[in-house]
Amino acid sequence: MRVPVSWLSEHVDLPAGTGVEELDTAFVRQGLEVEAVLRAPETTGPLVVGRVLEIEELTGFKKPIRYCQVDVGNEAPQGIVCGARNFAVDDLVVVALPGAVLPGDFAIAARTTYGHVSDGMICSSRELGVGEDHDGILVLGRGTDGPAPGTPAASVVGTDDVVFDLEVTTDRGYCMAIRGIAREVAGALGADWRDPAAATPPAWSGEPAWTVEVEDSRRCDRFSMIAMEGLDPTAPSPWWLRRRLAQSGIRSISLAVDVTNLVMVELGQPMHAFDRGAVRGPIVVRTARAGERLATLDGVDRALDADDLLITDSSGPIGLAGVMGGASTEISDGTTAVLLEAAHWEPTGIARGVRRHKLPSEAAKRFERGTDPDITVVAVARAAALLAEYGGASVVGGVVDGDTRAPRPQIALVPDRPSRTAGIPISTDQVVDALRIVGAVVELEGDRLLVTPPSWRPDLTDPADLVEEVVRAIGYDEIPAVLPIVPPGRGLTPTQRRRRSIGRALAEAGYVESPAYPFVGRAALETLGLPTEGLLTLRNPLSEEEPALRTSLLPGLLATLARNLGRGQRDLAVFEHGAVFPPGDGSVAPLPAVDRRPDDGTLAALLGAVPAQPWHVGVALAGNREPRGWWGPGRPAVWADAVQAARLVAAAAGVELTVRAGDRAPWHPGRCAELLVGETVVGHAGELHPRVCTALELPARTSVMELNVDELPGRPVAQGPSISAVPPVRMDAALVVAEDRPEADVRAALTAGAGELLEDLRLFDLYTGPQVGKGRRSLAYAFVFRAPDRTLTGEEAQAAFDAAVAAATEATGAVLRG
Amino acid sequence: MSGANDPYDPKQVAALSADTLDAAVTAGVAAFDGAPDLEALAAVRPAHLGDRGPVLLARRELGALPPAARKDAGQRVNAARVALADAYAVRLAALEAERDERVLAQERVDVTLPFDRLPRGARHPLTSLQDRIADVFVGMGYEVAEGPELESEWLNFDALNTGPDHPARSLADTFFVAPEGSGLVLRTHTSPVQARTMLERTPPIYVVAPGRVYRTDELDATHTPVFHQVEGLAVDRGLTMAHLRGTLEALAKALFGEDARIRWRPHFFPFTEPSAEFDVFFPEHRDGPQWVEWGGCGMVNPRVLTACGIDPDVYSGFAFGMGIERALQFRHGVGDMRDIVEGDVRFTTVFGVEQ
Repeated sequence: MRVPVSWLSEHVDLPAGTGVEELDTAFVRQGLEVEAVLRAPETTGPLVVGRVLEIEELTGFKKPIRYCQVDVGNEAPQGIVCGARNFAVDDLVVVALPGAVLPGDFAIAARTTYGHVSDGMICSSRELGVGEDHDGILVLGRGTDGPAPGTPAASVVGTDDVVFDLEVTTDRGYCMAIRGIAREVAGALGADWRDPAAATPPAWSGEPAWTVEVEDSRRCDRFSMIAMEGLDPTAPSPWWLRRRLAQSGIRSISLAVDVTNLVMVELGQPMHAFDRGAVRGPIVVRTARAGERLATLDGVDRALDADDLLITDSSGPIGLAGVMGGASTEISDGTTAVLLEAAHWEPTGIARGVRRHKLPSEAAKRFERGTDPDITVVAVARAAALLAEYGGASVVGGVVDGDTRAPRPQIALVPDRPSRTAGIPISTDQVVDALRIVGAVVELEGDRLLVTPPSWRPDLTDPADLVEEVVRAIGYDEIPAVLPIVPPGRGLTPTQRRRRSIGRALAEAGYVESPAYPFVGRAALETLGLPTEGLLTLRNPLSEEEPALRTSLLPGLLATLARNLGRGQRDLAVFEHGAVFPPGDGSVAPLPAVDRRPDDGTLAALLGAVPAQPWHVGVALAGNREPRGWWGPGRPAVWADAVQAARLVAAAAGVELTVRAGDRAPWHPGRCAELLVGETVVGHAGELHPRVCTALELPARTSVMELNVDELPGRPVAQGPSISAVPPVRMDAALVVAEDRPEADVRAALTAGAGELLEDLRLFDLYTGPQVGKGRRSLAYAFVFRAPDRTLTGEEAQAAFDAAVAAATEATGAVLRG
Repeated sequence: MSGANDPYDPKQVAALSADTLDAAVTAGVAAFDGAPDLEALAAVRPAHLGDRGPVLLARRELGALPPAARKDAGQRVNAARVALADAYAVRLAALEAERDERVLAQERVDVTLPFDRLPRGARHPLTSLQDRIADVFVGMGYEVAEGPELESEWLNFDALNTGPDHPARSLADTFFVAPEGSGLVLRTHTSPVQARTMLERTPPIYVVAPGRVYRTDELDATHTPVFHQVEGLAVDRGLTMAHLRGTLEALAKALFGEDARIRWRPHFFPFTEPSAEFDVFFPEHRDGPQWVEWGGCGMVNPRVLTACGIDPDVYSGFAFGMGIERALQFRHGVGDMRDIVEGDVRFTTVFGVEQ
């Protein structure tokens, strides 16, 4: 909403010294966010009103040129050459005299042109930076109907005006008008103001000149209309009107349309002017019928929906109620008779229409926020008066006023409620005063207030709404900061702590957290060999290429990897942890009423329809895991790093992970580890399939891990071990096994066979080669044996060692290397 | 060897004479001091302190002396031995110190060499900041509540007093899950966690809910369709707007320093009444101390309490929400939103693991 200060001050007695800064503060205080403060570009030097005395048409040039004598308040007229033709003798114009500098550093000086000395310039609104109109020069008025020649033009033209661009929240439609803004500013500054809607409409007599029937009184509880004729179709809009519209960001079209737009901005009541000659038969307000269409003013032929509310005549639809008029009854340059309409529409219906037809018009913006149903006739009268004054039109017959409004309900308010809500003392008198400033009618009944909100405040329906008005009047800044006494909480949940531990552990291990958008597309999924069917998809994805929600973190991680590689990084280790979105059971989440808590069954259906969203963690590695340096060459990241990342995650979660060979896309079939807790597979880790690396242009051997954190069981309470201080016995063994025998099997057998005396077992070497024979490998282990209570004898340790080796031999065919 | 009854004068036993012993000591000390290195010192040691050295040989003679003479001679021998041993120890220590100095000098390394063999990782600053905010509230006694990102339309809108015709419920603002009528959306704010919490718990309720939310904005320097908020909710007897302001001020000071303050501007949200947007005064702003828009807040609309089964005549509540990206941008001087969301490790690594 754009608010010119000059317009505002016509209605509010702004206290002396109220500048832009004070107004800015007042707007913010009232909850009207100032988006911009607009000023016309600066003009310096003499800029005055002039009256055209003589026009001499110059011929013989490529275009028609005029040499004018203009009265600029001096004894002698000013001779000025002008290329425009939209003015006549006696017109009042704006003259930039020599020495003036117009916007764009356009300096005016006396100069000879077209054979005459031009002693200044007659300006267009665009040259002055106050409008876009460049078809001709700016005509302010005619003869004595305007400021006297020589008057400084800045305030007349508005080059010294300031326009506030305000953001009006959706609950406060009344602030989409100078009327409402004036009320707010007056309230904020404690100033007097005059309500432009307070005028009493004239008592038009006679039968209404048109028949109107409102079929849907729920969606239209007031419809007012008046007929006018004798409009001069050539009459231009006066400069002040065009200026107001330009400042409001509205294009000037014709006098009739401009007048309705002015009334809309001034009073907040959008209006429509029909070409009376084009309207056929009685007007009926009704919803659309099957197959009906309407060509709207924007030139679009629209199929109508059964929910569309229409203005119709006997020919069919002639307007989309509250949203946009129809082309067939549009005001044309031959229109001499009009129907002026001002109505009150039910807001949500308008909002639906706007969305359906994607038509966010200035009128609809106001109707969907709610307009003041009390002022439809006032608006009609205001528009009629302007058309009479500037267009010579006169009213025919009486006003149509279909009024089926219900009485406004009263809201009961306990007077101490604002105080209890705000946490500061607020007296009943203060409450009553504040509500009356808002425009409400307040009665005291017993120990409560009965409040009738004003007609322009459909947003005030609940006591809480009234509380806000009272607190706003007192000022939010008056509320002190007090900390509530919060009962003791239980801290983070185990799940929350676990997620933090996992993220921290990976970061400490050199992984960089890189969360990605969770949107995926078929192409990426197919490349990775992930399922593309049965995914949750969005109706309105950002990109049609990525309509689905991820079921795996890998597409995002690999995209992040690729982006970093593309930006010149080489050695990368990234991770993400977050929700994935596997499809649910497809049940529909109900939308119960909100006047009470949903019943248990509905609530269960509601919560149950929301698919589970497991928390995953994933890593991706490329390049070197450890960089090269003066210590030697770098160590490339390999499948084992990905597996180790999984172990790290499990350790952070306090869970023991087991690993076995797996085979799953998108991993290399021979380098994929299946990650298990007990018998539950919780994820996979290893090297990407070479085809995937090629397709995604990732380095060979890129490795990834992903596991489902929610599948990790809760951490048992760790039991403190008893620490033995006696010396250990250390022994080594090299075992030769078949090459395809998993090391995990050998280790498991050794551990089981060694029994309780085994304190630690570590694989310290791995050898394949001629010494152990083809198809076999040697695993070298370091054993540490220790008893809790005594120093082990050599015999005891040897016995445990032998038992371990025997168990490994038994289970895996391992042979002790001599 | 002398007979037992022989008159025996130690001074007459040459080896035990003071002169002889003094000479032996003088010779030994000279030999030790003259040894140029540890090897030489070790080589001369036996001749003076060894079993065949003059002092130890002299000691053997003591046994032959009559008791009366033995004490005196013993003391003399012992003094000589101690003098030699001391001289040896001094020389040994000196030579060892010399050697150590030489060897350690040879072992000198360049301690300025980098040893960044294990690359440094980092948590994303959005994560750290969410944790930090949660911790401030946990410290006050709040608990951290959670809700799903894929949420029911009812909890995202209806339960929060946002009716079916509200403009926010359009395809232009909200991601809807197919097919039409699924009743599922990607949550547009963390506020449905409010509703879930009130449906699950009974007052007093004090929770914060950090999390990821979605709106259909294209990614540019100031917008991202996927972003993060922290929601706060308190429902208890007697809560007021003063408590809300106190809570927000406490958070502002915790995050932005003791001089941070909160400013309110009246605003509209369907789920709070009265409502405000709030700015924070951030003294450390990159462009100088200034007010920065941060979030929205208000007293929980009694209609929301009712929809969640809480009696608004008994309980009141306040709620607030703010953008994490926004806080990250001004707290850390991040100019371009894309740097936050694109996962470029050069951006994230700067933030480290953070406490």
